[in-house]
Amino acid sequence: MLQTRANVRLKKRKKIFQKEDAALYLMALPTLIYLLIFCYVPMGGLVMAFQDLNITKGIFRSPYVGLKNFEFLFRTTDAWVITRNTVCYNLIFIVVNLIISISLALMLSSLRSGGYAKTMQTIYMMPYFLSYAVVAIVANAFLDRDNGLVNSILRLMGEPGKTNWYHQLRIWPPLSVFVNAWKNVGYQTVLYLAVISGISVDYYEAAVLDGATKFQQACYITLPHLRYIVGISLILSMSSIFRGDFGLFYNVPMNSGKIYPVTDVIDTYIYRSLTYLNNVGMSTAAGLYQSVVGFVLVLVVNKIVNRIDPDSAMF
Amino acid sequence: MAKEVKRVNKLTLLSKGWNAVFVIILFFMALLVVIPMLLILIVSLSSEISIADYGYTFFPSEWTLDGYRYLFKTGDQLADSYLVTIFYSITGTLMSLTVMTMFAYVIAQKKFKHSRLFTWLLFFTMLFSGGLVPIYILNVRYLHINNSIWIFLLPSLVNAYYTVILRTFIRTTIPDTLFEAARIDGAGHFRIFVSIVLPLFKTGIATVGLFNMVSRWNDWFTGMLYIQNPKLVPLQTLLTKLQNTIDFLKQNAAIAGTPDGIALLRTLPDENMRMACTIIVILPILFAYPFFQRYFVQGLTMGSIKG
Repeated sequence: MLQTRANVRLKKRKKIFQKEDAALYLMALPTLIYLLIFCYVPMGGLVMAFQDLNITKGIFRSPYVGLKNFEFLFRTTDAWVITRNTVCYNLIFIVVNLIISISLALMLSSLRSGGYAKTMQTIYMMPYFLSYAVVAIVANAFLDRDNGLVNSILRLMGEPGKTNWYHQLRIWPPLSVFVNAWKNVGYQTVLYLAVISGISVDYYEAAVLDGATKFQQACYITLPHLRYIVGISLILSMSSIFRGDFGLFYNVPMNSGKIYPVTDVIDTYIYRSLTYLNNVGMSTAAGLYQSVVGFVLVLVVNKIVNRIDPDSAMF
Repeated sequence: MAKEVKRVNKLTLLSKGWNAVFVIILFFMALLVVIPMLLILIVSLSSEISIADYGYTFFPSEWTLDGYRYLFKTGDQLADSYLVTIFYSITGTLMSLTVMTMFAYVIAQKKFKHSRLFTWLLFFTMLFSGGLVPIYILNVRYLHINNSIWIFLLPSLVNAYYTVILRTFIRTTIPDTLFEAARIDGAGHFRIFVSIVLPLFKTGIATVGLFNMVSRWNDWFTGMLYIQNPKLVPLQTLLTKLQNTIDFLKQNAAIAGTPDGIALLRTLPDENMRMACTIIVILPILFAYPFFQRYFVQGLTMGSIKG
């Protein structure tokens, strides 16, 4: 008796769910349409990488040229330079930002005054919310040839102070690393602080009772607790190592041609090939190159994460 | 007992000496952040004469509000840009939130047979994309939404990353039993969505909404790539364009001497006005951000929760 009543209820519930599915489809519809038009249709547009695109003929009637666009891309040293810049900068950013933000988080979490730590945290995070349009102007206030602070100070020190910093190859690698850290370290610090504040006080109390110094506590309790999230986020950031930060490398150096060898990344290259050179075929080819390598990286990285810690894997 | 805890807590505190060292180091780090922004503020308050004589400096020979005064007097372009940016930041965020939370609700349904498929359709776009060029061709050649307000609203309608986060949030904050109870009581999905999910889920939506709005406010790229109509140039693009034109003239002194160059120079704002413009662009964010910091911190950390 009880059994059948439960069965009936179950059937009834099943029926309700099916009838209700219509509402779910309706709610999903806008996003599905969006995904189709703005994500999946452009993926089809990647065929342009194999075409000699004539903009008036459009995608459907332009002739196919095989791998010519890729040949064009890889024949020059451009492909090598932009790949090197993109990958190397990203690797350096990851390491530098990690070291700075972990140090800041450790210091902030051990301060005696929580209020001071809060204020500092608020300040550090501010640049994260500025656009690269603004960051470029801030950088220019220092680097401008005529009015910039750097040249003014050089002049005060008796130097000519006439250097155009936007033409100096050697300052841009460290400068890019600095600007990137300036903008992003605060956000990472906040992230690590959140993890640190989640560590149980018991560990520290036990350590204190055993006579551990503050330094030992940091080394043997805090850092090991961070190891996990750091490891995972390091591996995960490997998957986006092929994506250059467009704003950082286009806006901040003011798109200065003289320093392309050290500032040009895949994303800025694609943008310029499209807007300045109007070479649709080759810029699509560069985009496809980026997407495919990026995709393979994500798959490899995910496989690795899956082996180390399945819970942190993306899929 | 309480006394004991207090004693131990005292022991876990940093020694006064190290505390002072850390306070000083952290203070200098904060200066690194604040000083560049302070420089912009001070230049915006310096007179043109001071800038011509001493360049951008923390100690101008003459202070003035002229930059701001001219900005408001002659700032038709600025007013247009402000309006456009405010309009699409708010409208775009509301549209995105509506569409994204609805989809998140659907893929959060464990019993819905297509929720896995839909999740994958969304997730795959995070892994692979057509890239800039096909999207550009699509928008310009086939959809013809360049140079219109739609370019700010449609291509950025759904953010896959935040939709996945919203889904995870719905799943973890709202128990399945609540859904089932509501459905057995005869509530449809729309009803449940509006009267149960949305109210229970205010913080999550506010967080995603704030991030969405900030990234719209900060977007200069869309305007640079797609907009020629001056009435539709967003604030951040305006800043970039000003900077680039000035820089272009400086790099090409020859052009600056021609009649065209001189005419162009005349349309350019003074240095202090440009900095005043920058300050006005970042002001809303700098003001709003400390109030909403709780949400921002939550938003940043929830990204590290597995999606």
